[in-house]
Amino acid sequence: MKTFKKGGVHPPDMKERTRDIPIADFPAPESVSIPMAQHFGSPAICIVGAGDKVLKGQLIGKADGRMSANVHSSVSGKVLRIEEKFTPQGKPCKTVVIENDRENRWAEGVPCTRDWQKMSPEEIVAAVTDAGVVGMGGAAFPAGVKLTPPHDKPVDTAILNGVECEPYLTIDHRLMVERAGEVIGGLSIIVKAVGAKRAVVGIESNKPEAYESMCKAAGGKIEIEMLDVKYPQGAEKQLINALTGREVPPGKLPFDVGVVVHNVGTAWAIFNAVTKCMPLIERPLTVSGDAIERPANLIVPIGTPVGSVIEHCGLDPKVKKILSGGPMMGVAIADSAIPVVKGTSGILALKKIPRDISGPCIRCGRCIQVCPLGGIASEMARAIEAGALVDYEHLHVFDCMECGACSFVCPAGRNLVQYVRQAKEEAAYRRELHRKQQKKP
Amino acid sequence: MIVGPGPHISGAEPIPKIMWSVVIALVPALVFSIANFGWYALVVTLVAAISSVATEWAVQKFRNVPVTIGDGSAAITGVLLAFTLPPNIPLYIPVIGSVFAIGIAKQAFGGLGMNIWNPALAGRAFLSAAYSGSIFMPKWPMLAKIFSGDIRSIDAITAATPCAVLKYAPLTIFDHYRLWDLFVGRIPGCIGETSAAALLIGAVFLMIRKIINWRLPFAYVLTVMILVVAFPVRAADGTLMAFWQQSFWADPLFVFERSLAHALSGGLVIGAFFMATDMVTSPLTKKGQVVFGIGCGILVAIIRLYGGYPEGVCYSILIMNTLVWAIDRLTMPGFFGEHAHA
Repeated sequence: MKTFKKGGVHPPDMKERTRDIPIADFPAPESVSIPMAQHFGSPAICIVGAGDKVLKGQLIGKADGRMSANVHSSVSGKVLRIEEKFTPQGKPCKTVVIENDRENRWAEGVPCTRDWQKMSPEEIVAAVTDAGVVGMGGAAFPAGVKLTPPHDKPVDTAILNGVECEPYLTIDHRLMVERAGEVIGGLSIIVKAVGAKRAVVGIESNKPEAYESMCKAAGGKIEIEMLDVKYPQGAEKQLINALTGREVPPGKLPFDVGVVVHNVGTAWAIFNAVTKCMPLIERPLTVSGDAIERPANLIVPIGTPVGSVIEHCGLDPKVKKILSGGPMMGVAIADSAIPVVKGTSGILALKKIPRDISGPCIRCGRCIQVCPLGGIASEMARAIEAGALVDYEHLHVFDCMECGACSFVCPAGRNLVQYVRQAKEEAAYRRELHRKQQKKP
Repeated sequence: MIVGPGPHISGAEPIPKIMWSVVIALVPALVFSIANFGWYALVVTLVAAISSVATEWAVQKFRNVPVTIGDGSAAITGVLLAFTLPPNIPLYIPVIGSVFAIGIAKQAFGGLGMNIWNPALAGRAFLSAAYSGSIFMPKWPMLAKIFSGDIRSIDAITAATPCAVLKYAPLTIFDHYRLWDLFVGRIPGCIGETSAAALLIGAVFLMIRKIINWRLPFAYVLTVMILVVAFPVRAADGTLMAFWQQSFWADPLFVFERSLAHALSGGLVIGAFFMATDMVTSPLTKKGQVVFGIGCGILVAIIRLYGGYPEGVCYSILIMNTLVWAIDRLTMPGFFGEHAHA
């Protein structure tokens, strides 16, 4: 079976807790907090004020420019207040708090019925952009931008990421098992929008049921490919390498090798946006971890506090960490009032976490062996520790995708990802300094 | 709630587990050593290990840094240092060697991970200079019967080591020692180095556990085996015989057996599998480790055949340790997508 060539690690996949649990709808809470910044790029501009009445699916935040996304209300009700709150990443942004009147009144024109086969690529992209669809794999990149490749970089292959390489998460797996028709529909829409000649879905071999289900739903032209299990195969560049053998050069995008990659959740959202005018107001995710009593795969309205989802699933009081996302790249959150946003692919509660030790680098070289990009995490970390990050270009500091494979294997327990983030900050600072120095006559 | 950076799971083997696994891997060699050299070998090993740990404790207390003697790295240094010493060495010598190895060669550089030279070998090199009479002897002792007697008494057999024979009268090696003796280790030599068999058991254990990589030791030993027969050798009448000469190939099997004898003699097996593979002082990448192994092999061949000592493993590794920074720079992996055409 194919897989990507360089590096990679094998964390235990922990998926048996939720792989067979069907997706359930999570009832909307009494109030939702919807941030304006749930996506990569500029935050949306809030167009409602306190006291306004809103309908389910109504636009409440307008995209600010091309690299941005629309934000819609996930419930019908009244806007209680607009406040400055924090995203799971810890960045402040405007958040609209809406009280749910539990009447489920839809906005005008939502849902509708459209035949995507009769729509032109431009109409498809407009539908996706209007619906505020962003990447559902976690990076939350505006999907409309990905569907409009630049003229000089045509796309010949559209790839769907059904790999879900993070441990514990099974939501993409369940989407493929239960809603394969919608996922394949989304892929067909993507193919039409970008004009691709080949469509491939990559699925890891620990999801045989999803593979079968997708094979049944796929029409002749769409290829379903089974891949060896390896983290981080779900990373764009690694998946492209596994399925097509191409390598995206550092600093470049998949467009530069003629490929576009979308998560299966994004394909599902695109299908709903184009065929039903459905804006992105709910998020499929997995709730799991050894501190969750009733793990589940849920579809949660955007803006639901993470705390209510966890309460619904039962939390062990011995919990130590609550994560938004998977255990490798997820973010540990401090406040359970943080809302579920478009990029929340999973909520994990862990009571067993690795010991917090950070020893000296013993130069074993394991981090270099497992880095999927060929980076030199140990050198970056040592340079930071010594306070001497001079050679940042050579070390490819900015190209690190922070997948965590290096930290995962470090015998000294060094948090290499954190060192790299520090290295990026320092290298950016030095780069600015150099630029300013060169400007001076 | 604990808030900290990811990843939030770990699959790493902690440092103490790695280090103590290496100590366990050395136990077969220690057991054989007690058989070949008596209980005194165990005493020397324990004295060296305890002195190493004590030195590390004392230096770390003095430096006012956390004491890390529990991680097993000082213990390994002590055991390996003892393994490079003659079996009848007076006890004060391994103590002084340990103090140098840990105090100077490791802690003075900044502790674990910061040293350039293998501490055990640095200690041995220091002792070779400071107590050369006790370390370089014309005849080396061995117990007449395994597990019985005191190595320091007159009942012990003394003889020239295989390395000495290979240096001064290479073509007579099999008059003194059979290949099987060299493999099993029932020969005179340093405490831990004689039994290739016992050492290889430990080495295989470490390779299965993925603590050492097979590339470095294989490159090292293979290079030595090739070069000791490729380089000119001294015939019985004192003339140098090059491998392109007719008489060299008079008995090709003998040529191969001589090559094997070199591989099994002296400290090559322990050096290749346990000293050169020390993570801190060897290159970071697999490619770099092969280069390191070949470099060590070239140096061992030169020292053994033409240098001043019958054994060259210690210095070959120390010299290559000095070049590790250069090897690392030259063998770093290519970055993903750098050679690809967009």
